[in-house]
Amino acid sequence: MNSDTCNYLDGNAAAGELSRIFTMDVTAAEGCCAQCGTIKRFAEAHLYMQCPGVVARCPACQHVLLRLVNVGQQVFLDVRGLTYLRLNTA
Amino acid sequence: MWRIGTAVALQDETPTARTIRFEVPDWPGHVAGQHVDVRLTAADGYSAVRSYSIASAPNASRLFEITVERLPAGEVSPYLTQDVMVGDRLELRGPIGGWFVWRKEQAEPIQLIAGGSGIVPLMAMIRSRLSTGNAAPFRLLYSVREPKAVWYGKELQSLSEHDPSISITYAYTRATPKDWPRPPGRIDAALIANAAWPSSIGPTCYVCGPTSFVETAAALLTASGNSPDRIRTERFGPTGDRK
Repeated sequence: MNSDTCNYLDGNAAAGELSRIFTMDVTAAEGCCAQCGTIKRFAEAHLYMQCPGVVARCPACQHVLLRLVNVGQQVFLDVRGLTYLRLNTA
Repeated sequence: MWRIGTAVALQDETPTARTIRFEVPDWPGHVAGQHVDVRLTAADGYSAVRSYSIASAPNASRLFEITVERLPAGEVSPYLTQDVMVGDRLELRGPIGGWFVWRKEQAEPIQLIAGGSGIVPLMAMIRSRLSTGNAAPFRLLYSVREPKAVWYGKELQSLSEHDPSISITYAYTRATPKDWPRPPGRIDAALIANAAWPSSIGPTCYVCGPTSFVETAAALLTASGNSPDRIRTERFGPTGDRK
């Protein structure tokens, strides 16, 4: 993974798709990377969209935080790269 | 949740960029900096979704505007900039995003840094500030290829002439106006030092543009003493191209 290539966007770009699943805004949520422990807003995650779904990676260590894939009428959501996601319910 | 929006006005910003005003009956209102997703569906069922920042200030009506740049090999932008007509109905999702936003309650100095079409959500913040009577001092650093590629140029000029608490600095990357003091080039530390708020006053910074631009600008802001916690970024680029 080479972040110098700048072929990524950020978590803001996944917010529309994630709004199908989460009723609260995800971009302002704080997520903790399960690999390095960095805590960042989801908006700051590096987002890769040149694939069948979207992949969000930790901006500090590039560990995969979240994967979202649509298959027909089903959505696969893999968030095992996040220790937690802290959402604001206000 | 997809909503149906009707295009009610079109305005060209440049030969390759167009502003579309939508009316959405069940529009819940937005905050400056948010975006919408637009979905186009072909006759064979193939659909493409793209995100566009909202350009207009929040208001009580059911109207909002986006500005779209035509990408040569784009799937969605050529339609939005060339084929959409007043009265056309499109599928929209939003408003989206709660991080890259400026709220009218914010009183601290604001530093905006735009690369190209990254001006759009920052323009919504400038317009929101004006429409709500917020007195927070704003500075905009707008990096753009050449003078004729500037979006909202007349409005920005009028604002900077009439409102001393908004200052605007242009940085041209390919061609400058005649006798422009700075040669064409990318933003750099000297430009940040001259045009941006000093980090000592603690501005909140919003940076929007292509990914490489955002990385450069955010690194320059951090290097000049701004806390990463006070820098909010939004990256865009061609995405989701049909394989």
